[in-house]
Amino acid sequence: MLGGLLEHVKYIPSNFDDPAGYKALAELLEKFDEAAGQPLNRAYYLSTAPEFFPVIIEQLKAAGLHRHPKVDVRVIIEKPFGHDLASARSLQRVVSGVFRERQVFRIDHYLGKETVQNVMAFRFANMMFEPIWNRNFIDHIQITGAEDLGIGTRAGYYDQAGALRDLVQNHMLQLVALTCMEPPASFEANKVRDEKVKVLTAITPPDPADTVPAQYTAGTVGGEDVAGYLEEEGVPERSRTETYAALKLEVQNWRWAGVPIYLRTGKRLARKVTEIAVQLKPVPHLAFQSQGSVGVQPNQLVLTVQPNEGVSLSLGAKIPGSRMRIRPVNMEFLYGSAFMSQSPEAYERLIMDAMRGDATLFTRNDEVDAQWSIIDPILEAWHSADGPLPNYESGTAGPANADALIGPGRDWRKL
Amino acid sequence: MSEDVWHERDTTPSAIEAALRGLLARRYQQDRAFVPARVMNLVVIVERAFRGEVENRLARVGRYHPSRLIVASVEEKRTELDARATVAAEDTVHKPGHIAVGRERVEVEIGPQQLEGLDTIVDPLLVSDLATMVWAPHGHRAGVDALRRLASIVLIDSLDEPDLREAFERAADLTGSAYVVDLAWLRSTPWRERVAASFDPPAMRGALGAIDKVVVRHRPDSTAAAVLFCGWLASRLGWRPSALSHRRDQLTGHCRARRGEIALELRPQEMGAPGLGGVTIEMASGEAVSLDRGPGGLRAVRRARDGGEQTWTVLGASRGESGILGEGVRQALLRDPTYKPALEAGRALVG
Repeated sequence: MLGGLLEHVKYIPSNFDDPAGYKALAELLEKFDEAAGQPLNRAYYLSTAPEFFPVIIEQLKAAGLHRHPKVDVRVIIEKPFGHDLASARSLQRVVSGVFRERQVFRIDHYLGKETVQNVMAFRFANMMFEPIWNRNFIDHIQITGAEDLGIGTRAGYYDQAGALRDLVQNHMLQLVALTCMEPPASFEANKVRDEKVKVLTAITPPDPADTVPAQYTAGTVGGEDVAGYLEEEGVPERSRTETYAALKLEVQNWRWAGVPIYLRTGKRLARKVTEIAVQLKPVPHLAFQSQGSVGVQPNQLVLTVQPNEGVSLSLGAKIPGSRMRIRPVNMEFLYGSAFMSQSPEAYERLIMDAMRGDATLFTRNDEVDAQWSIIDPILEAWHSADGPLPNYESGTAGPANADALIGPGRDWRKL
Repeated sequence: MSEDVWHERDTTPSAIEAALRGLLARRYQQDRAFVPARVMNLVVIVERAFRGEVENRLARVGRYHPSRLIVASVEEKRTELDARATVAAEDTVHKPGHIAVGRERVEVEIGPQQLEGLDTIVDPLLVSDLATMVWAPHGHRAGVDALRRLASIVLIDSLDEPDLREAFERAADLTGSAYVVDLAWLRSTPWRERVAASFDPPAMRGALGAIDKVVVRHRPDSTAAAVLFCGWLASRLGWRPSALSHRRDQLTGHCRARRGEIALELRPQEMGAPGLGGVTIEMASGEAVSLDRGPGGLRAVRRARDGGEQTWTVLGASRGESGILGEGVRQALLRDPTYKPALEAGRALVG
């Protein structure tokens, strides 16, 4: 199969701003059409440094490659879509000057993950959760995107981006949107994206006091000593780039008013895990004695995106014996064990969807705008702050002041 | 029992965790009746040369086995991290409703210098959202301290510490961050239960206030269990304990109660299993309750005011030393509110 595919793969070397390269590309596409006996759909996949996106898009237009009278022409754009609200809007002006929105497929590969799509399946294919999925029953939501690795050889990119841009603006806000959106009338692309945009626009940027940036210092990971961020190769000596970000958000609508949503992400944390944890409120009255047992804990529903993909629900259960003692137990569903077939890689799914023209799992322009509208004020507040950035030791759960963000009375889930 | 095994030299915790996930998925593919146990993580830190002895003890815990067992085997001069992961399950009996309960085990071989960062090795290997118990039968305090942020329960055996005062200080320190299951305490459980039962009848409850002497007989290496037993009595009955002192080969002292002093005697005696050998509680009236190990259970003697004695056997009162570790694992998920006050009183008794 790969051999058959590779026979049709052609390589055209060119500079991004060289019209001759686009002319050669146009000629090659015509040859493909001739060989097929009919015009074929086109998809241009921009996986370059973001500063070249406008250049390439303008050149596609100049070469007349952005439209075709008989077939669909699409452009797939990799993240990051801008580095702040102004740059995202500027890029969008270039994109929308050349392509119609239905031609644009902005990739956030998290949306291609099975477990992320399962958030929708889980919420909207099961009757039991909808009645409790609101402020009356949910105490708070925690979304974690933790990595045990450092920045590796990506200092050049990462020091410009930081944790907030790298993970929160895109992946984590997508998880917030999927967790909090209203049920769409159908899974048609724009209907799903309309609902996500409603959630994102209902989030007001958090007060700087409800945000925690931090940077990792030297420590131990996996039993090995590791360097701090400032000692990583290629990182500027006095860099204030955050490698950890924690935020408290609120979705200001009827369903979610008063339910805090805590986000945290970071490099060099204790373990790699991405999860959405929904904590329900405690029962209003407890008829059981808690003495002699761990006691009754509020139910917690955890949707693990990676690495151990699945869903677990904690319940209080009676400990076998002559006394009425309760302890938490888990009901668990694991992808790796419930489904024997191999899940497609996120990119397999997304590239296939782009080729089919299904934009459900791609980010629409107004989503990007809404995401940056939440993030931009935080970036501004962090950049204008003086003094040293809080830090955390590599291999730990993050900075101490992140505990103050979630507490008192609530705790971050153990990493 | 059949098992799937993975092993790798010079590996990483991430690779081990990925291998475990792979082993579990393979198990499911092989056997739809497979169900991984999901009750508790147990992390055991052992000296590699003596791990066989610990293996034997773990093999005897029977139905109280942990869901995921992580053995950190410490070896002098080792610098690399080697690991072996096993997913085992009972062989399937193909009938409706049958499940094959699985057990997961990871052995990581580490050097002593890795103990201080042991949490960063163990953390990715734990099953999330389960209680985690740590046990270090060969000491390895640095390893236990490193794991304190992960451990909700620490299993100790105060009998293992040569210095009783230090053993209790360590236990008290650990109770600050985790629930402590002390095997020395569990060895006194059947005695505490029977003593409590002896004074449970309404006619006997008044005698609790008249206790004037307690004698505890114990194996010479089990002073900790005897002190904890006295600490339990003191904390439950509101006695103020004073430091015990050595008199010949035994410890003696007293507690102060509202109605006077209670004499304490801790007498070592030769016996097979560790723990207590007997307890006698005497009242000022001349009444006494006495319990001693005997064939098939505890031999109980109740002496009346007139000196008359009633004797009987409390059948099957103890799980015995072979079951003590399993009992420790079982107790890990309960919360015994009487241990900490007993430990505090025990600390006062050892001065």
